[in-house]
Amino acid sequence: MIEGILTGLSTALTPTNLLMVMVGCFAGTFIGMLPGLGPISAIALMIPITYGFDPASGMILMAGVYYGAIFGGSTSSILINAPGVAGTVATSFDGYPMARSGHGGKALAIAAYASFSGGTIAAVFLLLAAPALAQVALSFQSADYFALMVLGLTAVSAFAGRGQFLKAMLMVFLGLGLATIGQDTSSDITRFTFGSIDLLDGISFLLLAMAAFALSEAIMTVLKRDTVSESAVQAATGKMGSLKISRAEAKTMAPVIGRSSILGFFIGVLPGAGATIASFLAYGMERNIAPKAEKQKFGKGSLRGLTAPETANNAACSGSFVPLLTLGIPGSGTTAVMLGALISYGVQPGPTLFTDRPEVFWAVIISMYIGNIILLVLNLPLIPYIARLLMLPPQLLVPLVLFFSLCGVYLVSFNTFDIHLMVAFAAGAVVLRLFGYSMAPMILGFVLGRLMEENLRRALEIYDGYSFLWERPITLGIMILTALILLAPLLRWFKERRGLATAGEGG
Amino acid sequence: MPISRQCFPVRSLIAAFAIATAAFYTAPSGVSAAEVDKIHFLIPGGAGGGWDGTARGTGEALTKSGLVGQASYENMSGGGGGKAIAHIIETAERQSGTLMVNSTPIVLRSLRGRFPQSFRDLTPIAAVIGDYGAFVVRADSPLQSWDDAVAAFNENPRKVKVAGGSVKGSMDHLVTAMAFKAAGAETAKVRYIAYDAGGKAMAGLLSGETTMLSTGLGEALEQAKAGQVRILCITAPEPVAGVAPCGSGINFVNWRGFFGAPGLDAATADAMAATLGKMYDTPEWEAVRARNGWVNIYKPRAEFVAFLEQQEEEMKALLNGLGIETVR
Repeated sequence: MIEGILTGLSTALTPTNLLMVMVGCFAGTFIGMLPGLGPISAIALMIPITYGFDPASGMILMAGVYYGAIFGGSTSSILINAPGVAGTVATSFDGYPMARSGHGGKALAIAAYASFSGGTIAAVFLLLAAPALAQVALSFQSADYFALMVLGLTAVSAFAGRGQFLKAMLMVFLGLGLATIGQDTSSDITRFTFGSIDLLDGISFLLLAMAAFALSEAIMTVLKRDTVSESAVQAATGKMGSLKISRAEAKTMAPVIGRSSILGFFIGVLPGAGATIASFLAYGMERNIAPKAEKQKFGKGSLRGLTAPETANNAACSGSFVPLLTLGIPGSGTTAVMLGALISYGVQPGPTLFTDRPEVFWAVIISMYIGNIILLVLNLPLIPYIARLLMLPPQLLVPLVLFFSLCGVYLVSFNTFDIHLMVAFAAGAVVLRLFGYSMAPMILGFVLGRLMEENLRRALEIYDGYSFLWERPITLGIMILTALILLAPLLRWFKERRGLATAGEGG
Repeated sequence: MPISRQCFPVRSLIAAFAIATAAFYTAPSGVSAAEVDKIHFLIPGGAGGGWDGTARGTGEALTKSGLVGQASYENMSGGGGGKAIAHIIETAERQSGTLMVNSTPIVLRSLRGRFPQSFRDLTPIAAVIGDYGAFVVRADSPLQSWDDAVAAFNENPRKVKVAGGSVKGSMDHLVTAMAFKAAGAETAKVRYIAYDAGGKAMAGLLSGETTMLSTGLGEALEQAKAGQVRILCITAPEPVAGVAPCGSGINFVNWRGFFGAPGLDAATADAMAATLGKMYDTPEWEAVRARNGWVNIYKPRAEFVAFLEQQEEEMKALLNGLGIETVR
């Protein structure tokens, strides 16, 4: 193995491959920053160019685009509330409020450091245990995925402030409901399509996130003109340019990065989950274990709330190379395109790849260290300039946001119906927001809903009933953890209630 | 709409988009009867998918070999391909130089009424590549051959769980039903577990939650090379790549091919089909084919129509046998 790593190191450090990492990371960051545009189209279009290359170089380039996009995707999430890629939707929950309160530069810096740490820590895991981790990827069955999604739903508490619980729950159900639109993945029944062919494939996650966050935010800016110009002034004159992270902040971030990168990497290794799920789970986990005072800050610009999903999505991105390289199983559309590329180079991913083609296997992993350093070096100096976007007056920024959001979604599907749908959703989102409903729980329900239903139905079919709930140790374990998370605050609440009641009686 | 005022920039954007799209994608119409100088490929799915690869690979071979002067591509996803079909029919007059890529699901989806049109509403040009269906088990599975699988099924059909990367009633499911039917088993008892992608179905098989996987031979061969799975048999009449056929009476090939707009004149359609036929002898095509592991099947025009009609017939019988309604 050491020999293989050394071969990989010498392959990764050749000038050509260093150039590939650089080009990939640069292109990825740029694509990621553009709202909606993900790495998949870019990688698909790159494949023909890479045919003349050595397989290792081609993979290094494509991997660079992939994690570069997730790295850069946080920028538009933070600055304009428009997720750059699906994996950075959760980043906007706390990143955008932080930018609004005049800490745009700092939020970007935190995201960059978190991404860098997540990516690098995950690359270490890959280097140490990639071949062994293949077994982990295969230990999860449909029943376990279902349990994992249920656990993910507990993150809803992160969005429910005081007295907002019912509203948050309603929005989760709205999200779960929206997830059922389209052709049902199991029995091929179409649901809620109203005969429209455009709804047959369901609603795209990115479209919904874009409408609910970016578009509705832009419209809200117009509706609430006064408050915005105030905050824009504040942003312009405030600490926008300050990227410094204080020692205390770094101290808060460190454990969050540690936890989130492990969780993110592990979720990434599972072929049925991915970076988006990982970021939501990390966000929920961080909220659930945060001390009470910190809990209130979630959704309002919490340092932890920004660090957790940003670390996790990058860690998951690296983690997704485990099933891709060691099993030849893609967990996402992007990795499926990369698998196709690998096969067309004549490289067969599988359990023996790291011994058969060490120069490909290890070089890709080692290029991830280099790539993450490049991304950090590339992104940090750019932040003051990018953050200046916030200084744009709303009459300029709003049309820009509208333009980029609509373009981004259209360029993914090339279907004009998506634009109409997006505008309709944005209108709905504005109405709901005016009534004080938050969009984040809806997105949570939506992203988990489809996977939850699919895996539950599959588990029910395979087990002929609910017996998987106690027959499968992984399912049982996750379910118990979920129950504990749900019951703990309830118990606390009852105690508080009783305390209040006795106090009231006493007074 | 209550937000129409705020939406003003959005609306003008849509208009701008419509103009830009129309300008960018106006289909070339310079197809003369003898030679094809331009082809516009309409791809009913997104970048990176199977249809996308077929269209771009064919376009690459055609242009590099000089058979076609210029190729352009348009991705239009939606409705499992239905969006693009509706589009090519609606705008038929401007689509004389357009080839839409499609595959077996067009037959299935129209049989099931997923979209109102069928291949009869288009001008079939040619089927170009094909892939046989394959049944795959884990390398450590007790099932050694297709006969073992049939025996296990006859003993207890509930215990044979077949995974596939598409919904119930779609190709992977039907191929399974077809194979068990030919072996004399009752197809209604086939236990098919649907996954939303081939990769997820493979992960399901390897995780041990299913017994067998129904997939394409190309994908199965790649996985078998990695040593994790064993291919039981394929849905071909003869052995391919050393894999045994599933048995007599089982012959299924998942084709990919091209369609022109409805009402396309026969001369243009024939010229396009002939150009695709010439492509097989070029080294450029061989490079694309080998890279993707495709199998050549050339069925031009009338032969393609006959093949489609026969496949539709077979699929209909299978669907009805599974208790799934068909509209045609």
